[in-house]
Amino acid sequence: MKKTTLIIMAGVTVLFLLSWIIKALALEGMQEDYIKKAFLVTFSAFLTLSILSFLYRDNPFYKFAEHLFVGVSAAFWMSMGFWSTIVGNLIPRLSQNLSVFFKVHYIPGDFNFRFYIPVILGLLLLMRLSRNYGWISRWSLAFIVGTTAGLNFIRYLRSDFIKQISATFVPLLVDWQGTGHFFSNLDLSASGQLVMMLANWTIFLGVMSGIIYFFFSKEHTGMFGRASRFGIWVLMITFGASFGYTVMGRISLLVGRITFLFRDWLGFNI
Amino acid sequence: MTSHLMPPLALTLVDIGRILSLAVIAGGLLWLFLRAIKRKEVERRVIFLFIFVSVVAPILFPTVFQEKATPIVKDVFDKIESLPPGSVVLLSYDFDPAMAPEVQPMADAISRHCLVRGLKIIYMCLFATGQGQFTSTLENVIKPEFPDKVNLVDYVNIGYKAGNEGVLNVIITDFKKMFPTDVDGVPYDSIAVFKGIRSCKDLDLVISIGGGKPGIKEWILFVGDPGNVPIASGVAAVVAPLMYPYYPAQMLGMLGGIKGAAEYESELVHHYPQFKNSPTPALLMMGPQTLAHLVIMAFIVIGNILYLLERKKGRKR
Repeated sequence: MKKTTLIIMAGVTVLFLLSWIIKALALEGMQEDYIKKAFLVTFSAFLTLSILSFLYRDNPFYKFAEHLFVGVSAAFWMSMGFWSTIVGNLIPRLSQNLSVFFKVHYIPGDFNFRFYIPVILGLLLLMRLSRNYGWISRWSLAFIVGTTAGLNFIRYLRSDFIKQISATFVPLLVDWQGTGHFFSNLDLSASGQLVMMLANWTIFLGVMSGIIYFFFSKEHTGMFGRASRFGIWVLMITFGASFGYTVMGRISLLVGRITFLFRDWLGFNI
Repeated sequence: MTSHLMPPLALTLVDIGRILSLAVIAGGLLWLFLRAIKRKEVERRVIFLFIFVSVVAPILFPTVFQEKATPIVKDVFDKIESLPPGSVVLLSYDFDPAMAPEVQPMADAISRHCLVRGLKIIYMCLFATGQGQFTSTLENVIKPEFPDKVNLVDYVNIGYKAGNEGVLNVIITDFKKMFPTDVDGVPYDSIAVFKGIRSCKDLDLVISIGGGKPGIKEWILFVGDPGNVPIASGVAAVVAPLMYPYYPAQMLGMLGGIKGAAEYESELVHHYPQFKNSPTPALLMMGPQTLAHLVIMAFIVIGNILYLLERKKGRKR
């Protein structure tokens, strides 16, 4: 290990301990377990700064935080899977004794032999660890894929296909009672007739031109080409809106972390 | 005499901080522009520094903007307003700590609104980590602001169940089958909030707060559409554009990103002045959002000006 690396490591350790002590002193009298709380806040701040340090360049602190995150996530989801699926959903339906052992609410009269099927399929899934019998796990996988597809097919067909198509059939002339009525009641608010009509026309033209852009059985020339060109503009504006929202989301997360650093760690009154 | 005509210039420390930070950012952008015109490299770390300053400055020197609820947010607010006291609302915490800065303010604001209106709330989550996020609402909103509200009578937390959309597929017909007890082990039949509630079809409103999978889309697909249940949502900004097609036919309203949350908080404070002193994290977050967006827009403008200058130069050659 290089001398500079050692010095940096030692410096960070000293700063960490210093921060822990100062935080503990600040929390003393305010909270019962102030030493533990101070450690957790300091460690969270250390991990946040470690992740942000990647913006400067890759470094061991970033790598430590990244690996810790991946490891903790994997362990968390594994234990959650056990406690919520096996203990939470299966055991209360299988055995009263096991329910008492795991301290979960037993569901009397809900026992059914079919609950052994997921147990068997789950065990088959573990056969993937065996080199010779790994193929058996495909039975479980096939069951998962088949069930998910079957379960989702009807729902998606109804909600994402039929209902979405019907939602596209919007009136192009909203509440139309003649030109005179339209101009004499001109309202520029979001719920006004003009804005509603513009919104509906945008949906209609946007959907049609978007579909035309992806229709490749006819050459994109003439009127069809112009509609296709409009379609790509609609797509680009949509992607732009998505990008804008993404920027907003990422900045919110950054604000969240910076607020944590300043308020919870450094103790600023914000 | 002059003092009668002109108001005294009383700058607070916060005002000075705001002015200084704006001056630093504006000066920095000018420096960046001049440097770029001279075709000098600008390191990416400088860009990060700008974003950092533009986010930190409004946090340290808060600037709160007035927000007006857009129709898509107003529809959620109005729906809750229209429900008679005693109606049952299900609030699903379908998010994790990573999404919390964006969506936790929505969950807190909606909880406040429901409780002040006298609605009963069923809290649940499709994300295992949502359980911890509910604790935040319980400790920061329900207990301090609504001490008279009683667990199991005014609200109940039924917690997390594994199974994603499978959970929804069951509770659309039978709640008790999937949630025989609440998180503390209290049997379903002894929970007052569930009186008269057999499935999701008996609920007056379902609100999913989140931004991942399972989330609002699953609620629409597996509960809203098949059960004809009114569904609203509060989603992370990344997901919001994907959810717009469901509005208003399949989803009655949506709070999109921190902007949606700020609009909701603003509407809540406007209608219920007693929340004037309650925390409004989303409204506070609009300061950093605005400044950071302005800086990003300035980057885009500078980049485009340079591109046009380069193109002009190329043509001359």
